[in-house]
Amino acid sequence: MKRIFTRPESLKETQFHYCPGCGHSIIHRLVAEVIDELGIRDRTIGVPPAGCAVLAYNYFDVDMVEAPHGRAAAVATGLKRILPDRVVFTYQGDGDIAAIGTAETIHAANRGERVTSIFVNNAVYGMTGGQMAPTTIPGQVTTTSPGGRVPLRDGNPLDLSEMLGIAQGSVYIERTSVSRPKFILKTKKALKKAFQVQLDDLGFSLVEILSPCPTNWKMSPVDAVKWVDETMTQYFPLKVIKDVA
Amino acid sequence: MKGRIEIDRERCKGCGLCITVCPKKQIEISEDLNTKGYYPARFKEEHVRDLKIVKCTACSLCAVTCPDVAIDVYRESKDESEETTDDPKEG
Repeated sequence: MKRIFTRPESLKETQFHYCPGCGHSIIHRLVAEVIDELGIRDRTIGVPPAGCAVLAYNYFDVDMVEAPHGRAAAVATGLKRILPDRVVFTYQGDGDIAAIGTAETIHAANRGERVTSIFVNNAVYGMTGGQMAPTTIPGQVTTTSPGGRVPLRDGNPLDLSEMLGIAQGSVYIERTSVSRPKFILKTKKALKKAFQVQLDDLGFSLVEILSPCPTNWKMSPVDAVKWVDETMTQYFPLKVIKDVA
Repeated sequence: MKGRIEIDRERCKGCGLCITVCPKKQIEISEDLNTKGYYPARFKEEHVRDLKIVKCTACSLCAVTCPDVAIDVYRESKDESEETTDDPKEG
């Protein structure tokens, strides 16, 4: 029998530290597969965030430069401007890109930096124990919104991707999820396109990926992917937000 | 088209997502713990070598879904010409 599916080369053999059913590791694999398929492994630089994916440099077999919390887009800007022939991507969670890093991200998109951002949205602060994040959806119970998020008191979830779609310099923004095989394959296509936008030197590209967090949502992995499909997508519809590539 | 999967039981964290996506229901949770303390997934046809009764079609849905990249998929190499639409990676 012929092997038709195995680990991508750009992913190290290290075992993931993520919880069972976490979406991060699926997205890691997809990014590694895209890097392999585009043949850019030797000239890719990744910028991991603060958050659950802070140890991403243990998993990707490419150069990585760790950024301070939220500053991945600023660090990526510097890297890309000094080394314009490299492919620079940031890998950030919602607490990183949509809370503390909002300013850096919006300005990098508005300037049209030739970098690719991967925005993993799980609607909570994962690493610190499941507190309410800017992307927490109304009614969602977290450790800091025990009665559910109330929009009048806590505000509504931040549609960062839509905001970035308005920015002049952004070229390709899409929201996908990793809740089902169909969507996982779609996410891979979106990631490939986002990297291609950068390779073609067109401008800023971002893929927002809705990702399950079973541990902090207090659900089983199977219920968590259902929750992404049924509840999360009502507030974060899966669609191409901007594509002028 | 027949196939076979190999689950790395030390990588598997027993999340069970592969079980929900397998169209042939050929994956189950094992009764033995791995060294990390999880009950890993197990391929039911692990020791079945007779291709006539194998149900796995190497559709790869389990491997695409697996968060820990613990699954390798193998496909029968005879009749290469018939390989057309059932590979989701190319779909």
